Amino acid sequence: MSNLTSVAYLISSVLFILSLRGLSHPTTARRGNFYGIVGMAIAIITTVSNPGVLSYKEIAIAFIIGGLIGSVIAVRIQMTALPQLVAAFHSLVGLAAVFVAASAFYNPSAFNIGTVGNIPLGSLVEMAIGTAIGAVTFTGSIIAFGKLQGFVSGNPLVFKGQHLLNLALGLGIIALIAKFCIDQNPEYFWMIVAASFLIGVLLIVPIGGADMPVIVSMLNSYSGWAAAGIGFTLSNNLLIITGALVGSSGAILSYIMCKGMNRSFLNVLLGGFGGEQAASTGGVKDDRVAKQGNAADAAFMMKNSQTIIIVPGYGMAVAQAQHALREMGDLLKAAGAQVRYAIHPVAGRMPGHMNVLLAEANVPYDEVFELDEINRDFSETDVAFVIGANDVTNPAAKTDKTSAIYGMPILDVENAGQVFFVKRGMASGYAGVQNELFFRDNTLMLFGDAKKVCEDIIKGLEN
Amino acid sequence: MSEISIQLENLSFKAQQLSDQASQLALSAVETTGGHSDFIIFGITVLVLACFVGYYVVWSVTPALHSPLMGVTNAISSVIIVGALLAAGPIDATISKYFGLAAVGLAAVNIFGGFVVTNRMLSMFKKKS
Repeated sequence: MSNLTSVAYLISSVLFILSLRGLSHPTTARRGNFYGIVGMAIAIITTVSNPGVLSYKEIAIAFIIGGLIGSVIAVRIQMTALPQLVAAFHSLVGLAAVFVAASAFYNPSAFNIGTVGNIPLGSLVEMAIGTAIGAVTFTGSIIAFGKLQGFVSGNPLVFKGQHLLNLALGLGIIALIAKFCIDQNPEYFWMIVAASFLIGVLLIVPIGGADMPVIVSMLNSYSGWAAAGIGFTLSNNLLIITGALVGSSGAILSYIMCKGMNRSFLNVLLGGFGGEQAASTGGVKDDRVAKQGNAADAAFMMKNSQTIIIVPGYGMAVAQAQHALREMGDLLKAAGAQVRYAIHPVAGRMPGHMNVLLAEANVPYDEVFELDEINRDFSETDVAFVIGANDVTNPAAKTDKTSAIYGMPILDVENAGQVFFVKRGMASGYAGVQNELFFRDNTLMLFGDAKKVCEDIIKGLEN
Repeated sequence: MSEISIQLENLSFKAQQLSDQASQLALSAVETTGGHSDFIIFGITVLVLACFVGYYVVWSVTPALHSPLMGVTNAISSVIIVGALLAAGPIDATISKYFGLAAVGLAAVNIFGGFVVTNRMLSMFKKKS
């Protein structure tokens, strides 16, 4: 690698770091994205001008076809389907890593790592590990995509001996890598790929639909480590640096999501949460009666309130109620009330999903607050309007040690003067726990479709 | 005296030859094995330092922008295209080249898809008017 190439790759690395740094605030974020694009362009141009790269025409065709497909999908995708899209994209990085490793194995001289059948041990180990991580990312992301899109049941699939099977497969992959490093047989290479494909599927099937934010973040992290692994094969610092950035980013996001649910990462990975237990406890009869209100009451009371906090959850996005909700908020602001939005860390199906959905409905970002920023303010708030959220508002998480969600950080909506709870019926939330909030004196249930309820309140406010 | 000086000259010449041979041996040893294992240590150094940079930079990202963060990281992890381009580079049509071309296509989907969808998300974040 010439010095000029190394310097160009260094510039790319710095631009990638700056692109993540830009995301520290919405005002600098778009510039950050631009830095990322420039960094990628420099990396590609530098590599194409390498004397070993000669087949410009074919490369251009592959690049343009891929670029067109990616752009069209990205322009058309609905923001509610963002998690599926990200999962699908991760799978492509994983598969690309497998292809690059396969290519390096069949033609090592193009990467300066010896000749066929004569690849140095270090490169073989790196190649095998990069391949295995890439293959796990590929199938794992496809299953995650299927669950989020609804192609595969979102219910956790658990069977006896699952963890033992995974352990055996993991040890098998290590044995295969050792074999592969000794005799460099292509059969072992493809066996590593096949075993890793299988373990990718088995790792994700036991995980329930609502745990997907953790899994999407985890796969994001894996795609980074796969890139770093290939970076070692190519002796390329740009790939190692970028892989480490992406890998640590995904790991931090998984940690934040786990903390938002008060679950350990291992507990999520072992899976099975939100399946049968939810069905069994959800069926318990509760004799208490929740007070029921209607849209006209809610409109009247909110019109006469000074401060309102709206707590949106994924149910709001499912009902496509975000635009109606924002319109309701606008009318209340026009009537002189202060309207703010409170977002729980695990609202939505991926980290920060709810913020994007609200932004899409033209809610200004400075009216949207995180749990830590707004939780104290509920006690000084006239109305809390909960729409499509459930478990994240359940006060039992603070008091009931036997509850499945005990210890989970929650939004203290019960401290508000009046709570409106928009819900389709009395069914329990994802964790299968009855929400104590429904039976509080200051809670009024508004039964119905989230969008319909918002539209009815808007009518009430306009009269 | 002249004999001794001739002998000395011979000796110094032989010493010179020996040292040349030794240095050449050392060089070829580095080329065959040492060069790469040197990179492993160097690469791990870079990896660990980059993890620290990643840690501090990612914690400074505002939680409201965690979805765009995933979009950007998704796009930049496709920097793997560097390896794909090298693999697809040679003129001869080999299986290795086709793997490379496939990887170029996949990475390109991700690069364009990732940056475009991130830009779409970020353009929605507006301040109170």
